[in-house]
Amino acid sequence: MMKNYKTRILSNQEIAPDYYRMKILAPGFGQHARPGQFVMFRVQRSMPPLLRRPFGVFRTGFLPADCDGMPEKEYLEILYKVVGHGTAIMRELHSGDAVEVLGPLGRGFEPGDPQREKILVGGGIGLVPLFMLAEDRVKESPVRLLMGGRTRDDILVVTEFERLGVETYVSTDDGSLGEEGFVTQMLERKLRKYPDAEVYCCGPLPMISAVNTICAAQNVPLQVSLEALMACGVGACLGCVVKGAGHTEEHPRYLCTCKAGPVFHAAELDWHALGTPAADSCEGCKS
Amino acid sequence: MSNGTMHKQPNLAVEIAGIKLRNPVMPASGTFGYGEEYTPYLDVETIGAIVTKGLSLKPKAGNPTPRIAETVSGMINAIGLQNIGIDAFITDKTEFLRRVNTPVIVNFFGNTREEYGEVARRLADVPDVAGVELNISCPNVKQGGIVFGTDPAAAAGVVSLVRKNLGSKPLIVKLTPNVTDITVIARAAEEAGADAISCINTLTGMAIDVKTRKPRIANRIGGLSGPAIRPVAVRMVHQVVQAVKIPVIGIGGIMTAMDALEFLIVGATAVQVGTANFIDPGVMADIVAGIERFCREEGIADIHELIGSLR
Repeated sequence: MMKNYKTRILSNQEIAPDYYRMKILAPGFGQHARPGQFVMFRVQRSMPPLLRRPFGVFRTGFLPADCDGMPEKEYLEILYKVVGHGTAIMRELHSGDAVEVLGPLGRGFEPGDPQREKILVGGGIGLVPLFMLAEDRVKESPVRLLMGGRTRDDILVVTEFERLGVETYVSTDDGSLGEEGFVTQMLERKLRKYPDAEVYCCGPLPMISAVNTICAAQNVPLQVSLEALMACGVGACLGCVVKGAGHTEEHPRYLCTCKAGPVFHAAELDWHALGTPAADSCEGCKS
Repeated sequence: MSNGTMHKQPNLAVEIAGIKLRNPVMPASGTFGYGEEYTPYLDVETIGAIVTKGLSLKPKAGNPTPRIAETVSGMINAIGLQNIGIDAFITDKTEFLRRVNTPVIVNFFGNTREEYGEVARRLADVPDVAGVELNISCPNVKQGGIVFGTDPAAAAGVVSLVRKNLGSKPLIVKLTPNVTDITVIARAAEEAGADAISCINTLTGMAIDVKTRKPRIANRIGGLSGPAIRPVAVRMVHQVVQAVKIPVIGIGGIMTAMDALEFLIVGATAVQVGTANFIDPGVMADIVAGIERFCREEGIADIHELIGSLR
Protein backbone atom coordinates (compact mmCIF):
# COMPACT_ATOMS: atom_id res chain seq x y z
CA MET A 1 0.00 0.00 0.00
CA MET A 2 1.26 3.43 -0.87
CA LYS A 3 1.70 5.73 2.06
CA ASN A 4 3.16 9.09 3.02
CA TYR A 5 6.12 8.24 5.25
CA LYS A 6 6.99 11.10 7.59
CA THR A 7 10.41 9.84 8.41
CA ARG A 8 14.12 10.62 8.53
CA ILE A 9 17.31 10.10 6.61
CA LEU A 10 19.63 7.28 7.64
CA SER A 11 22.52 8.26 5.36
CA ASN A 12 23.28 10.54 2.42
CA GLN A 13 26.54 9.86 0.73
CA GLU A 14 28.35 11.09 -2.40
CA ILE A 15 29.34 8.12 -4.57
CA ALA A 16 30.73 9.95 -7.62
CA PRO A 17 31.05 13.63 -8.49
CA ASP A 18 27.49 15.04 -8.13
CA TYR A 19 25.93 11.59 -7.62
CA TYR A 20 24.50 10.67 -4.22
CA ARG A 21 22.82 7.73 -2.59
CA MET A 22 20.37 8.29 0.24
CA LYS A 23 18.96 5.73 2.65
CA ILE A 24 15.62 6.68 4.20
CA LEU A 25 13.97 4.93 7.15
CA ALA A 26 10.76 3.33 5.84
CA PRO A 27 9.29 0.50 7.91
CA GLY A 28 7.04 -1.73 5.82
CA PHE A 29 8.02 -0.16 2.51
CA GLY A 30 9.81 -3.15 1.03
CA GLN A 31 6.92 -5.58 1.10
CA HIS A 32 4.88 -3.28 -1.15
CA ALA A 33 7.56 -1.94 -3.52
CA ARG A 34 7.87 -3.57 -6.92
CA PRO A 35 10.76 -3.10 -9.36
CA GLY A 36 10.44 0.11 -11.36
CA GLN A 37 8.25 2.04 -8.93
CA PHE A 38 9.11 5.50 -7.62
CA VAL A 39 8.62 7.80 -4.65
CA MET A 40 7.82 11.51 -4.31
CA PHE A 41 10.41 13.05 -2.01
CA ARG A 42 9.97 16.16 0.11
CA VAL A 43 12.31 17.96 2.43
CA GLN A 44 10.06 18.41 5.43
CA ARG A 45 9.21 21.91 6.63
CA SER A 46 11.24 23.39 3.82
CA MET A 47 10.15 25.81 1.18
CA PRO A 48 11.62 26.06 -1.46
CA PRO A 49 11.38 23.74 -3.18
CA LEU A 50 7.60 23.81 -3.10
CA LEU A 51 6.93 20.62 -5.01
CA ARG A 52 8.13 17.13 -4.27
CA ARG A 53 10.63 15.47 -6.57
CA PRO A 54 10.15 12.02 -8.12
CA PHE A 55 12.89 9.43 -7.65
CA GLY A 56 13.06 5.83 -8.75
CA VAL A 57 13.44 3.36 -5.89
CA PHE A 58 16.94 1.91 -6.10
CA ARG A 59 16.53 -0.78 -3.48
CA THR A 60 15.00 -1.64 -0.14
CA GLY A 61 16.60 -3.49 2.74
CA PHE A 62 17.34 -3.69 6.42
CA LEU A 63 20.14 -2.15 8.45
CA PRO A 64 21.17 -4.71 11.06
CA ALA A 65 20.27 -4.30 14.71
CA ASP A 66 22.95 -2.35 16.53
CA CYS A 67 24.84 -3.29 19.67
CA ASP A 68 22.63 -1.12 21.89
CA GLY A 69 19.83 -3.56 21.23
CA MET A 70 18.03 -1.24 18.80
CA PRO A 71 16.07 -3.34 16.32
CA GLU A 72 16.95 -3.59 12.65
CA LYS A 73 15.82 -0.68 10.52
CA GLU A 74 14.03 -1.07 7.21
CA TYR A 75 15.10 1.46 4.59
CA LEU A 76 14.49 2.46 1.03
CA GLU A 77 17.34 3.83 -0.99
CA ILE A 78 17.39 6.37 -3.80
CA LEU A 79 20.24 7.50 -6.03
CA TYR A 80 20.24 11.00 -7.42
CA LYS A 81 22.32 13.39 -9.47
CA VAL A 82 22.56 17.03 -8.43
CA VAL A 83 21.11 18.85 -11.43
CA GLY A 84 19.01 21.71 -10.04
CA HIS A 85 17.58 23.52 -7.11
CA GLY A 86 15.89 20.60 -5.36
CA THR A 87 18.77 18.15 -5.59
CA ALA A 88 21.21 20.89 -4.50
CA ILE A 89 19.20 21.16 -1.26
CA MET A 90 19.11 17.37 -0.93
CA ARG A 91 22.89 17.01 -1.09
CA GLU A 92 23.16 19.12 2.07
CA LEU A 93 20.92 16.81 4.11
CA HIS A 94 22.27 14.57 6.84
CA SER A 95 21.41 11.46 8.79
CA GLY A 96 18.52 12.27 11.13
CA ASP A 97 17.02 15.05 8.97
CA ALA A 98 13.23 14.91 8.63
CA VAL A 99 11.86 14.06 5.18
CA GLU A 100 8.60 12.87 3.68
CA VAL A 101 8.39 10.09 1.15
CA LEU A 102 5.19 9.22 -0.68
CA GLY A 103 5.18 5.78 -2.23
CA PRO A 104 5.67 3.29 -3.67
CA LEU A 105 3.99 4.86 -6.71
CA GLY A 106 3.24 4.00 -10.29
CA ARG A 107 3.36 0.88 -12.41
CA GLY A 108 6.64 -1.02 -12.28
CA PHE A 109 8.25 -3.51 -14.64
CA GLU A 110 6.46 -6.68 -15.61
CA PRO A 111 8.63 -9.74 -15.06
CA GLY A 112 8.30 -11.15 -18.56
CA ASP A 113 8.93 -14.74 -19.60
CA PRO A 114 11.31 -16.59 -17.22
CA GLN A 115 12.48 -18.77 -20.11
CA ARG A 116 14.01 -15.78 -21.91
CA GLU A 117 17.26 -13.90 -21.34
CA LYS A 118 16.91 -10.46 -19.77
CA ILE A 119 18.94 -7.54 -21.08
CA LEU A 120 18.82 -4.40 -18.93
CA VAL A 121 19.99 -1.17 -20.54
CA GLY A 122 20.79 1.74 -18.24
CA GLY A 123 22.10 5.21 -19.01
CA GLY A 124 23.64 7.24 -16.17
CA ILE A 125 21.20 7.74 -13.31
CA GLY A 126 18.68 5.72 -15.37
CA LEU A 127 20.31 2.66 -13.86
CA VAL A 128 18.36 3.19 -10.63
CA PRO A 129 15.04 1.40 -11.32
CA LEU A 130 16.85 -1.54 -12.93
CA PHE A 131 18.45 -2.77 -9.70
CA MET A 132 15.35 -4.24 -8.05
CA LEU A 133 14.36 -5.69 -11.41
CA ALA A 134 17.75 -7.42 -11.69
CA GLU A 135 17.49 -8.62 -8.09
CA ASP A 136 14.10 -10.15 -8.85
CA ARG A 137 14.75 -11.55 -12.34
CA VAL A 138 18.14 -13.09 -11.65
CA LYS A 139 16.34 -15.74 -9.57
CA GLU A 140 14.71 -17.13 -12.71
CA SER A 141 16.57 -16.00 -15.80
CA PRO A 142 20.05 -15.01 -16.97
CA VAL A 143 20.30 -11.21 -16.57
CA ARG A 144 22.79 -8.95 -18.36
CA LEU A 145 23.25 -5.27 -17.64
CA LEU A 146 24.49 -2.89 -20.32
CA MET A 147 25.44 0.35 -18.65
CA GLY A 148 26.33 3.52 -20.51
CA GLY A 149 27.51 6.99 -19.51
CA ARG A 150 29.36 10.01 -20.85
CA THR A 151 32.43 9.38 -18.73
CA ARG A 152 33.46 6.93 -16.01
CA ASP A 153 31.95 9.30 -13.43
CA ASP A 154 28.50 8.41 -14.79
CA ILE A 155 29.00 4.68 -14.25
CA LEU A 156 27.43 3.83 -10.89
CA VAL A 157 27.06 0.85 -8.56
CA VAL A 158 27.87 -1.70 -11.26
CA THR A 159 29.59 -3.95 -8.72
CA GLU A 160 26.30 -4.20 -6.80
CA PHE A 161 24.67 -5.70 -9.89
CA GLU A 162 27.62 -8.10 -10.23
CA ARG A 163 27.12 -9.24 -6.65
CA LEU A 164 23.59 -10.29 -7.61
CA GLY A 165 25.02 -12.55 -10.29
CA VAL A 166 24.31 -10.20 -13.17
CA GLU A 167 26.79 -10.05 -16.05
CA THR A 168 27.67 -6.39 -16.57
CA TYR A 169 29.05 -4.54 -19.58
CA VAL A 170 30.08 -0.89 -19.49
CA SER A 171 30.48 1.69 -22.22
CA THR A 172 31.38 5.37 -22.04
CA ASP A 173 31.20 8.03 -24.73
CA ASP A 174 34.83 9.01 -24.09
CA GLY A 175 36.20 5.54 -23.44
CA SER A 176 37.30 6.43 -19.91
CA LEU A 177 35.73 3.21 -18.60
CA GLY A 178 34.74 0.03 -20.43
CA GLU A 179 34.16 0.15 -24.14
CA GLU A 180 34.28 3.47 -26.03
CA GLY A 181 30.97 4.29 -27.70
CA PHE A 182 27.25 4.08 -27.07
CA VAL A 183 25.47 1.47 -25.03
CA THR A 184 23.18 0.89 -28.02
CA GLN A 185 26.09 -0.57 -30.00
CA MET A 186 26.56 -3.16 -27.26
CA LEU A 187 22.83 -3.86 -27.30
CA GLU A 188 22.91 -4.63 -31.04
CA ARG A 189 25.73 -7.12 -30.49
CA LYS A 190 24.03 -8.79 -27.54
CA LEU A 191 20.78 -9.14 -29.45
CA ARG A 192 22.62 -10.91 -32.25
CA LYS A 193 23.91 -13.36 -29.66
CA TYR A 194 20.63 -13.62 -27.68
CA PRO A 195 17.88 -12.94 -30.23
CA ASP A 196 15.28 -14.32 -27.84
CA ALA A 197 16.03 -11.79 -25.08
CA GLU A 198 13.62 -9.31 -23.51
CA VAL A 199 14.89 -5.77 -23.00
CA TYR A 200 14.26 -3.33 -20.11
CA CYS A 201 15.54 0.21 -20.39
CA CYS A 202 15.86 3.46 -18.47
CA GLY A 203 17.99 6.49 -19.25
CA PRO A 204 18.03 9.73 -21.23
CA LEU A 205 15.27 9.96 -23.83
CA PRO A 206 17.60 9.88 -26.89
CA MET A 207 19.04 6.61 -25.57
CA ILE A 208 15.61 5.13 -24.87
CA SER A 209 14.50 6.15 -28.36
CA ALA A 210 17.52 4.48 -29.96
CA VAL A 211 16.91 1.32 -27.91
CA ASN A 212 13.30 1.31 -29.07
CA THR A 213 14.35 1.60 -32.72
CA ILE A 214 16.67 -1.39 -32.34
CA CYS A 215 14.13 -3.53 -30.47
CA ALA A 216 11.22 -2.63 -32.75
CA ALA A 217 13.23 -3.62 -35.85
CA GLN A 218 13.81 -7.08 -34.40
CA ASN A 219 10.50 -7.55 -32.64
CA VAL A 220 12.20 -7.71 -29.25
CA PRO A 221 9.85 -7.06 -26.31
CA LEU A 222 10.85 -3.79 -24.64
CA GLN A 223 9.75 -2.07 -21.43
CA VAL A 224 10.96 1.46 -20.78
CA SER A 225 10.88 3.62 -17.68
CA LEU A 226 10.22 7.28 -18.46
CA GLU A 227 10.87 10.44 -16.52
CA ALA A 228 8.64 13.51 -16.50
CA LEU A 229 8.05 16.73 -14.66
CA MET A 230 5.29 16.03 -12.18
CA ALA A 231 3.62 17.88 -9.33
CA CYS A 232 1.58 15.21 -7.53
CA GLY A 233 2.73 11.71 -8.56
CA VAL A 234 -0.75 10.23 -8.06
CA GLY A 235 -2.57 11.10 -11.29
CA ALA A 236 -4.32 14.29 -10.21
CA CYS A 237 -2.32 17.19 -11.67
CA LEU A 238 -2.04 15.77 -15.22
CA GLY A 239 1.29 17.58 -15.57
CA CYS A 240 3.32 14.49 -16.53
CA VAL A 241 1.38 13.11 -19.48
CA VAL A 242 2.92 11.47 -22.54
CA LYS A 243 1.17 10.67 -25.79
CA GLY A 244 0.09 7.06 -26.09
CA ALA A 245 0.16 4.96 -29.27
CA GLY A 246 -2.63 6.02 -31.60
CA HIS A 247 -2.83 9.55 -30.20
CA THR A 248 -4.39 12.04 -32.61
CA GLU A 249 -5.71 15.55 -32.22
CA GLU A 250 -9.26 14.24 -32.65
CA HIS A 251 -8.78 11.21 -30.42
CA PRO A 252 -6.21 12.23 -27.85
CA ARG A 253 -4.61 9.52 -25.79
CA TYR A 254 -2.60 11.07 -23.00
CA LEU A 255 -1.10 8.75 -20.39
CA CYS A 256 0.05 9.91 -16.96
CA THR A 257 3.69 8.97 -16.48
CA CYS A 258 3.03 8.72 -12.75
CA LYS A 259 0.11 6.34 -12.91
CA ALA A 260 -0.01 4.55 -16.28
CA GLY A 261 3.82 4.48 -16.00
CA PRO A 262 6.59 5.24 -15.29
CA VAL A 263 7.20 1.84 -16.93
CA PHE A 264 5.53 1.33 -20.30
CA HIS A 265 5.62 -1.41 -22.87
CA ALA A 266 7.20 0.24 -25.89
CA ALA A 267 4.09 -0.51 -27.96
CA GLU A 268 1.94 1.65 -25.65
CA LEU A 269 3.76 4.87 -26.55
CA ASP A 270 3.67 7.30 -29.46
CA TRP A 271 7.40 7.28 -30.22
CA HIS A 272 7.11 9.92 -32.88
CA ALA A 273 5.71 12.37 -30.32
CA LEU A 274 8.29 11.40 -27.69
CA GLY A 275 10.85 12.31 -30.33
CA THR A 276 14.37 13.28 -29.48
CA PRO A 277 14.31 16.54 -27.56
CA ALA A 278 17.46 18.20 -26.30
CA ALA A 279 20.01 15.66 -25.16
CA ASP A 280 20.02 16.97 -21.59
CA SER A 281 16.25 16.78 -21.13
CA CYS A 282 16.42 13.71 -18.93
CA GLU A 283 18.63 15.15 -16.25
CA GLY A 284 16.67 18.36 -16.20
CA CYS A 285 13.47 16.69 -15.20
CA LYS A 286 14.80 15.57 -11.84
CA SER A 287 15.76 19.04 -10.79
CA MET B 1 -18.24 17.59 27.80
CA SER B 2 -19.54 19.93 30.48
CA ASN B 3 -16.18 21.06 31.82
CA GLY B 4 -15.96 24.38 30.03
CA THR B 5 -15.90 25.61 26.44
CA MET B 6 -12.17 25.02 25.94
CA HIS B 7 -12.70 21.28 25.81
CA LYS B 8 -15.87 21.31 23.80
CA GLN B 9 -15.83 20.20 20.20
CA PRO B 10 -16.07 23.44 18.22
CA ASN B 11 -18.77 23.53 15.57
CA LEU B 12 -17.10 23.86 12.18
CA ALA B 13 -20.19 23.28 10.03
CA VAL B 14 -21.03 25.92 7.43
CA GLU B 15 -23.57 26.25 4.66
CA ILE B 16 -22.88 27.48 1.13
CA ALA B 17 -25.89 28.13 -1.06
CA GLY B 18 -27.88 25.47 0.75
CA ILE B 19 -25.05 22.89 0.67
CA LYS B 20 -24.33 21.75 4.21
CA LEU B 21 -20.62 21.23 4.84
CA ARG B 22 -19.28 19.48 7.96
CA ASN B 23 -16.36 21.93 7.88
CA PRO B 24 -15.24 24.75 5.59
CA VAL B 25 -12.41 22.89 3.80
CA MET B 26 -12.62 21.50 0.28
CA PRO B 27 -10.25 20.94 -2.64
CA ALA B 28 -9.84 23.46 -5.45
CA SER B 29 -10.96 22.17 -8.82
CA GLY B 30 -8.22 20.48 -10.83
CA THR B 31 -6.13 19.45 -7.85
CA PHE B 32 -8.21 16.50 -6.67
CA GLY B 33 -9.09 14.61 -9.86
CA TYR B 34 -12.65 13.33 -9.88
CA GLY B 35 -12.58 12.51 -6.17
CA GLU B 36 -11.20 8.99 -6.17
CA GLU B 37 -7.50 9.69 -6.87
CA TYR B 38 -6.70 10.70 -3.29
CA THR B 39 -8.67 8.04 -1.42
CA PRO B 40 -5.53 6.07 -0.46
CA TYR B 41 -4.23 9.15 1.41
CA LEU B 42 -7.24 11.06 2.62
CA ASP B 43 -10.59 10.07 4.07
CA VAL B 44 -12.86 12.28 1.98
CA GLU B 45 -15.40 12.16 4.81
CA THR B 46 -13.08 14.37 6.88
CA ILE B 47 -13.45 17.31 4.50
CA GLY B 48 -16.38 19.62 3.81
CA ALA B 49 -16.96 18.84 0.15
CA ILE B 50 -15.40 17.33 -2.95
CA VAL B 51 -14.86 19.64 -5.92
CA THR B 52 -14.20 17.84 -9.19
CA LYS B 53 -11.80 18.63 -11.96
CA GLY B 54 -13.32 21.00 -14.51
CA LEU B 55 -15.63 19.33 -17.03
CA SER B 56 -16.72 20.42 -20.48
CA LEU B 57 -19.41 19.38 -22.92
CA LYS B 58 -16.98 17.30 -24.99
CA PRO B 59 -13.84 15.55 -23.70
CA LYS B 60 -10.77 17.76 -23.88
CA ALA B 61 -7.22 16.60 -24.67
CA GLY B 62 -5.36 19.32 -22.86
CA ASN B 63 -2.14 21.07 -23.81
CA PRO B 64 1.22 19.76 -25.01
CA THR B 65 3.99 19.23 -22.44
CA PRO B 66 5.75 20.59 -20.49
CA ARG B 67 2.59 21.62 -18.70
CA ILE B 68 4.00 22.63 -15.33
CA ALA B 69 6.94 24.58 -13.98
CA GLU B 70 7.86 25.31 -10.39
CA THR B 71 8.47 28.98 -9.59
CA VAL B 72 9.31 30.80 -6.37
CA SER B 73 6.78 29.55 -3.80
CA GLY B 74 4.43 28.51 -6.55
CA MET B 75 3.91 26.73 -9.80
CA ILE B 76 2.72 27.70 -13.26
CA ASN B 77 0.47 25.28 -15.05
CA ALA B 78 -1.22 25.08 -18.39
CA ILE B 79 -2.78 21.63 -18.30
CA GLY B 80 -5.38 22.81 -20.76
CA LEU B 81 -8.41 21.61 -18.78
CA GLN B 82 -7.91 18.00 -19.91
CA ASN B 83 -11.06 16.11 -18.93
CA ILE B 84 -13.26 13.18 -19.88
CA GLY B 85 -16.33 15.27 -20.75
CA ILE B 86 -19.57 15.70 -18.85
CA ASP B 87 -21.33 12.57 -20.19
CA ALA B 88 -18.47 10.19 -19.30
CA PHE B 89 -18.31 11.85 -15.88
CA ILE B 90 -22.00 11.27 -15.21
CA THR B 91 -21.78 7.66 -16.44
CA ASP B 92 -18.47 6.57 -14.93
CA LYS B 93 -17.56 8.76 -11.98
CA THR B 94 -20.72 9.43 -10.03
CA GLU B 95 -20.88 5.86 -8.71
CA PHE B 96 -17.92 6.50 -6.39
CA LEU B 97 -19.21 9.94 -5.45
CA ARG B 98 -22.60 8.48 -4.52
CA ARG B 99 -20.99 6.14 -1.99
CA VAL B 100 -19.20 8.85 0.00
CA ASN B 101 -21.02 10.84 2.61
CA THR B 102 -19.59 14.19 1.46
CA PRO B 103 -21.29 16.69 -0.86
CA VAL B 104 -19.96 16.78 -4.40
CA ILE B 105 -19.56 20.05 -6.27
CA VAL B 106 -19.01 19.67 -10.01
CA ASN B 107 -16.82 22.28 -11.65
CA PHE B 108 -17.40 22.97 -15.34
CA PHE B 109 -16.50 25.35 -18.14
CA GLY B 110 -17.23 26.10 -21.79
CA ASN B 111 -16.00 28.11 -24.70
CA THR B 112 -19.38 29.47 -25.78
CA ARG B 113 -22.39 30.56 -23.79
CA GLU B 114 -24.33 27.67 -25.35
CA GLU B 115 -21.77 25.10 -24.20
CA TYR B 116 -22.06 26.35 -20.63
CA GLY B 117 -25.82 26.20 -20.88
CA GLU B 118 -25.82 22.64 -22.21
CA VAL B 119 -23.51 21.30 -19.49
CA ALA B 120 -25.73 22.93 -16.86
CA ARG B 121 -28.79 21.28 -18.38
CA ARG B 122 -27.13 17.85 -18.21
CA LEU B 123 -26.16 18.36 -14.56
CA ALA B 124 -29.54 19.68 -13.45
CA ASP B 125 -31.05 16.28 -12.75
CA VAL B 126 -28.01 14.32 -11.56
CA PRO B 127 -29.01 13.50 -7.97
CA ASP B 128 -25.47 12.91 -6.66
CA VAL B 129 -24.38 16.44 -7.50
CA ALA B 130 -24.91 18.77 -4.54
CA GLY B 131 -24.01 21.90 -6.49
CA VAL B 132 -21.96 23.23 -9.35
CA GLU B 133 -19.04 25.58 -9.64
CA LEU B 134 -18.88 27.59 -12.82
CA ASN B 135 -15.41 28.38 -14.17
CA ILE B 136 -15.72 31.59 -16.18
CA SER B 137 -11.97 32.04 -16.71
CA CYS B 138 -12.24 30.69 -20.28
CA PRO B 139 -12.02 32.55 -23.58
CA ASN B 140 -15.28 33.05 -25.48
CA VAL B 141 -14.45 31.70 -28.93
CA LYS B 142 -17.41 33.51 -30.46
CA GLN B 143 -16.27 36.88 -29.10
CA GLY B 144 -12.67 37.00 -30.28
CA GLY B 145 -11.43 35.00 -27.31
CA ILE B 146 -12.23 37.52 -24.62
CA VAL B 147 -12.37 35.74 -21.29
CA PHE B 148 -15.97 35.56 -19.97
CA GLY B 149 -14.88 36.39 -16.46
CA THR B 150 -13.13 39.62 -17.43
CA ASP B 151 -16.23 41.27 -18.88
CA PRO B 152 -19.23 41.95 -16.59
CA ALA B 153 -21.79 41.58 -19.41
CA ALA B 154 -20.30 38.33 -20.72
CA ALA B 155 -20.05 36.95 -17.19
CA ALA B 156 -23.65 37.86 -16.44
CA GLY B 157 -24.78 36.31 -19.73
CA VAL B 158 -23.23 32.94 -18.89
CA VAL B 159 -24.34 32.96 -15.26
CA SER B 160 -27.96 33.76 -16.11
CA LEU B 161 -28.19 31.01 -18.74
CA VAL B 162 -26.61 28.45 -16.42
CA ARG B 163 -28.89 29.57 -13.59
CA LYS B 164 -31.92 29.02 -15.83
CA ASN B 165 -30.79 25.56 -17.02
CA LEU B 166 -29.64 24.28 -13.65
CA GLY B 167 -33.03 23.96 -12.03
CA SER B 168 -32.78 24.23 -8.28
CA LYS B 169 -29.12 23.21 -7.94
CA PRO B 170 -26.87 25.63 -6.05
CA LEU B 171 -24.62 27.67 -8.36
CA ILE B 172 -21.15 28.84 -7.31
CA VAL B 173 -19.33 31.15 -9.72
CA LYS B 174 -15.52 31.01 -9.69
CA LEU B 175 -13.85 34.29 -10.57
CA THR B 176 -10.60 35.03 -12.33
CA PRO B 177 -8.26 37.49 -10.59
CA ASN B 178 -6.94 38.76 -13.92
CA VAL B 179 -9.14 41.85 -13.92
CA THR B 180 -8.82 45.46 -12.85
CA ASP B 181 -11.65 45.33 -10.33
CA ILE B 182 -12.88 41.92 -9.24
CA THR B 183 -15.84 43.39 -7.33
CA VAL B 184 -17.47 44.49 -10.60
CA ILE B 185 -17.50 40.90 -11.88
CA ALA B 186 -18.60 39.57 -8.49
CA ARG B 187 -21.61 41.88 -8.44
CA ALA B 188 -22.48 41.02 -12.05
CA ALA B 189 -22.46 37.31 -11.14
CA GLU B 190 -24.58 37.91 -8.05
CA GLU B 191 -27.17 39.91 -9.97
CA ALA B 192 -27.29 37.22 -12.68
CA GLY B 193 -28.24 34.59 -10.13
CA ALA B 194 -25.08 33.18 -8.52
CA ASP B 195 -25.70 31.64 -5.09
CA ALA B 196 -22.06 31.95 -4.05
CA ILE B 197 -18.71 33.20 -5.33
CA SER B 198 -15.41 31.37 -5.22
CA CYS B 199 -12.20 33.30 -5.76
CA ILE B 200 -9.51 33.35 -6.89
CA ASN B 201 -8.58 31.24 -9.89
CA THR B 202 -4.89 31.28 -10.91
CA LEU B 203 -3.07 34.48 -11.82
CA THR B 204 -1.67 34.40 -15.36
CA GLY B 205 2.08 34.12 -15.33
CA MET B 206 5.12 33.20 -17.35
CA ALA B 207 8.53 31.71 -16.61
CA ILE B 208 11.53 31.56 -18.93
CA ASP B 209 14.43 29.14 -19.21
CA VAL B 210 17.22 31.66 -19.70
CA LYS B 211 19.59 29.18 -21.33
CA THR B 212 17.20 28.07 -24.07
CA ARG B 213 15.35 31.45 -23.93
CA LYS B 214 12.12 29.50 -24.22
CA PRO B 215 9.07 29.61 -21.96
CA ARG B 216 9.22 26.84 -19.38
CA ILE B 217 5.79 25.52 -20.34
CA ALA B 218 4.67 24.66 -23.86
CA ASN B 219 1.63 26.94 -23.71
CA ARG B 220 4.02 29.87 -22.99
CA ILE B 221 1.61 31.44 -20.50
CA GLY B 222 0.01 29.59 -17.61
CA GLY B 223 -1.77 29.98 -14.30
CA LEU B 224 0.28 30.77 -11.21
CA SER B 225 -0.81 29.03 -8.01
CA GLY B 226 0.66 28.22 -4.62
CA PRO B 227 1.66 30.32 -1.60
CA ALA B 228 3.10 33.02 -3.87
CA ILE B 229 -0.43 34.23 -4.68
CA ARG B 230 -1.95 34.06 -1.20
CA PRO B 231 -1.70 37.74 -0.20
CA VAL B 232 -3.28 38.73 -3.52
CA ALA B 233 -6.06 36.21 -2.94
CA VAL B 234 -6.73 37.34 0.64
CA ARG B 235 -6.99 40.94 -0.58
CA MET B 236 -9.42 40.02 -3.36
CA VAL B 237 -11.59 37.86 -1.10
CA HIS B 238 -11.71 40.76 1.35
CA GLN B 239 -12.91 43.09 -1.43
CA VAL B 240 -15.48 40.63 -2.80
CA VAL B 241 -16.93 39.96 0.65
CA GLN B 242 -17.60 43.70 1.00
CA ALA B 243 -19.18 43.89 -2.46
CA VAL B 244 -21.70 41.02 -2.41
CA LYS B 245 -24.28 39.52 -0.04
CA ILE B 246 -23.85 35.89 -1.13
CA PRO B 247 -21.27 33.62 0.56
CA VAL B 248 -17.68 33.65 -0.69
CA ILE B 249 -15.27 30.71 -0.87
CA GLY B 250 -11.65 31.79 -0.49
CA ILE B 251 -8.94 30.19 -2.64
CA GLY B 252 -5.28 30.93 -3.18
CA GLY B 253 -2.10 29.33 -1.88
CA ILE B 254 -3.51 27.78 1.29
CA MET B 255 -0.92 25.37 2.74
CA THR B 256 -1.83 25.34 6.45
CA ALA B 257 -4.71 25.96 8.85
CA MET B 258 -3.30 29.42 9.61
CA ASP B 259 -3.48 30.28 5.89
CA ALA B 260 -7.10 29.11 5.76
CA LEU B 261 -7.95 31.20 8.82
CA GLU B 262 -6.80 34.36 7.05
CA PHE B 263 -9.49 33.81 4.43
CA LEU B 264 -12.16 33.01 7.03
CA ILE B 265 -11.31 36.10 9.06
CA VAL B 266 -11.67 38.41 6.05
CA GLY B 267 -15.10 36.87 5.52
CA ALA B 268 -14.87 33.72 3.42
CA THR B 269 -17.47 31.17 4.54
CA ALA B 270 -15.30 28.31 3.31
CA VAL B 271 -11.94 27.73 1.64
CA GLN B 272 -10.50 25.63 -1.14
CA VAL B 273 -7.07 24.03 -1.00
CA GLY B 274 -5.30 23.56 -4.33
CA THR B 275 -1.60 23.21 -4.99
CA ALA B 276 -0.98 21.97 -1.44
CA ASN B 277 -2.77 18.71 -2.29
CA PHE B 278 -0.03 17.92 -4.79
CA ILE B 279 2.65 18.29 -2.14
CA ASP B 280 0.87 16.59 0.75
CA PRO B 281 -2.10 14.42 -0.20
CA GLY B 282 -3.31 14.42 3.41
CA VAL B 283 -3.06 18.18 3.86
CA MET B 284 -6.79 18.96 3.95
CA ALA B 285 -7.34 16.70 6.96
CA ASP B 286 -4.44 18.47 8.69
CA ILE B 287 -5.97 21.86 7.88
CA VAL B 288 -9.34 20.81 9.34
CA ALA B 289 -7.59 19.55 12.49
CA GLY B 290 -5.59 22.78 12.71
CA ILE B 291 -8.69 24.97 12.44
CA GLU B 292 -10.34 22.91 15.16
CA ARG B 293 -7.29 23.23 17.42
CA PHE B 294 -7.19 26.99 16.83
CA CYS B 295 -10.86 27.27 17.82
CA ARG B 296 -10.26 25.34 21.05
CA GLU B 297 -7.24 27.44 21.92
CA GLU B 298 -9.07 30.68 21.23
CA GLY B 299 -12.22 29.53 23.01
CA ILE B 300 -14.30 29.68 19.86
CA ALA B 301 -17.38 27.45 20.01
CA ASP B 302 -18.59 28.03 16.45
CA ILE B 303 -16.64 28.79 13.29
CA HIS B 304 -19.08 31.60 12.50
CA GLU B 305 -17.51 33.59 15.34
CA LEU B 306 -14.37 33.69 13.18
CA ILE B 307 -15.89 34.25 9.75
CA GLY B 308 -15.71 37.94 8.89
CA SER B 309 -14.21 38.81 12.28
CA LEU B 310 -11.54 41.06 10.78
CA ARG B 311 -10.72 43.89 13.18
